[in-house]
Amino acid sequence: MAIPVQSMTGISNARLNVEMNTTSFQKKSRSKLLSIPGTRPSFQNGQLLVSTGTTSLDYVIEEDVFDSYSHMLLKYFLAEGIVCSHSFLIASAGEHPDDILQGLPAPVLDDVPKDEIGKINQRRENDVSEESQDSMKIAWRYQNQPKVQTVLAASSRFGHYYDASKQMSAETFESAEYYPFYLPAEVHLKYSVSSNIHIGYIKLLRFIQGVIHKEGFDRACPQSKTRNILRIGIHSLGSVLWGDDICCKDDPLYAYSLTKFLYGLRGLLRTSLSVCMVTVPSHLIQNKAIMGRVTNLCDTVIGIKSFNGSEKDANDLYKDYHGLVCVKKIPYLNSLICELPDTRDLAFKLKRKQFTIERLHLPPDLSDTVSRLNKQDLAESSKLLRMGCGAAATGKKHLDF
Amino acid sequence: RSPELLFYVDTTEQLFGQCVLLSESKTDGSFLIHHFLSFFLKAQCKVCFLGLVQSFSHYSTVAREKGQLVFFEGLRNSLDMLLPESDASDAEPQPLSFLRWPSTDLRNLFDFVNSSLSQSENDMSRWASPVLLIDDLSVLLSLGVNPTAVLDFIHYCRMAVCSKQQGNMVTLVHNEDDLGDEDCDLVLHALTHQSSLILQVHGLNTGYCRDVHGQIQLRWKDKFQLKRDHTHVFQYKVHDKGVSFFAPGTSSAVL
Repeated sequence: MAIPVQSMTGISNARLNVEMNTTSFQKKSRSKLLSIPGTRPSFQNGQLLVSTGTTSLDYVIEEDVFDSYSHMLLKYFLAEGIVCSHSFLIASAGEHPDDILQGLPAPVLDDVPKDEIGKINQRRENDVSEESQDSMKIAWRYQNQPKVQTVLAASSRFGHYYDASKQMSAETFESAEYYPFYLPAEVHLKYSVSSNIHIGYIKLLRFIQGVIHKEGFDRACPQSKTRNILRIGIHSLGSVLWGDDICCKDDPLYAYSLTKFLYGLRGLLRTSLSVCMVTVPSHLIQNKAIMGRVTNLCDTVIGIKSFNGSEKDANDLYKDYHGLVCVKKIPYLNSLICELPDTRDLAFKLKRKQFTIERLHLPPDLSDTVSRLNKQDLAESSKLLRMGCGAAATGKKHLDF
Repeated sequence: RSPELLFYVDTTEQLFGQCVLLSESKTDGSFLIHHFLSFFLKAQCKVCFLGLVQSFSHYSTVAREKGQLVFFEGLRNSLDMLLPESDASDAEPQPLSFLRWPSTDLRNLFDFVNSSLSQSENDMSRWASPVLLIDDLSVLLSLGVNPTAVLDFIHYCRMAVCSKQQGNMVTLVHNEDDLGDEDCDLVLHALTHQSSLILQVHGLNTGYCRDVHGQIQLRWKDKFQLKRDHTHVFQYKVHDKGVSFFAPGTSSAVL
């Protein structure tokens, strides 16, 4: 299920920097191309893009209250890694990593042949162009707004679909290189710890450093071994299970432990071919300043708010969705800008075969007698946004009132 | 590139022994760091850059000549301190030693800056005045350094770079003003008083917008307090190769 890289290398503008660039604001093109399955070079900043992110990147997901959807996102992230034959590392203090592994969703294998996919995309584009024929009567001023393009059609199958109701079969992940870290099972450290950072974090940092160095993700390895990406998934960092007290106290003893860990992790990620997704129970962290510092130290921060058990369930606007996605930070790596989404107001819904993230928009407020833009239209305009913040949302010319 | 910003900031006679503060809130102000870095390198200054949050390749700048840019990559150095190989203390003092021994101050970091920028006879003829660039200072606070220690460090740097050598210092501080980070507020207020040029970058109050990335306020302080400060406000949008500035409300997306 790995993406054939041949289709990507044909693009003439592909730029990939393995070493440093020259003058500022200028990107240099290089002939060397690291071909790793499941990656493609980004046109903007020459980084390797992995579906759900860029290598050397640190994602933080602020957990929702019951940790249901953030856990789901972590599983998608890891499942994508298995499907792309990346190596992966799971770190957890609560659930055993093997259990997390068992619970990964199964990929939806498409039996649809390639030309079929082309046709589906074509059909979608036709729908979109038909829409444009209807001129707008009331809101004519907005007629000239540019249509939002479907990125999905252009980038051909980067990322996969997963069936949340089925578990990934054992054969699928048996062949993957898997490095579990389960805090309660870790042995005692030999050296004394004097840097005032919690011992659980030190152990995890050492473990990650060890894996990166031993398996050669830090490019120190000789050319003989094929390069691969390491996906790191860390569950519920900062929670009491890791021994940290920032979730219990307003003025914690270990106030800087998590930030020091994240700084060290950032250092490791920047010097290796790896991506990390971390979930943090930010709603439990009493001191807001700490969460602000955490945000500053990470590349991408996404907050998940689920509607489970909250009064928002009743609100009409939200009834199609399971929760909100709040993009708090986007990465600026190796360039002045990043891929900017149109808007940061997003909502998600988890269907059996799809975790969809859509632009949150108000349908026009029409009275009951006139037919409103019904759910059917909304469903058509939804698109699968890949888990990174890169892809722009698509849709028809929706007006955001 | 932005003609307005250049006009207000880059007149070289004004940037002499100055302390510049860049503050960012609710947005990313690193384009200013890129600007100052290339500006000073082009002006043939010797630059000591403390890059604490990004790797070197992010800044994608290579100095014109060897020895012009001293880049300190905080991320790489931090791992030796956080995960030391042995219990024994290092033979040489390390710039980020506060990571390993939290009670120490930033003396070692200052020594590093001082030795990088102290001009020998050779240097004085080659380079114009030295420059210290810091991205970003608030990370030091996140790593547990006492705000007093941070301010001491800045004070020492100012004396060594701005006063003694008539060089310039540019510091970036990140502060989300509504989070109640008292340490950061303290450092920011103190630096605001000490700096002669302040560039405040702020995300829009109305929220995220694709066409206007934020607002920037420039404040030139008159050295002798004879005149009122010059203040200018622009909105900006960051592009691939530069930034465009425009008066508030006049973004090309709106007009």
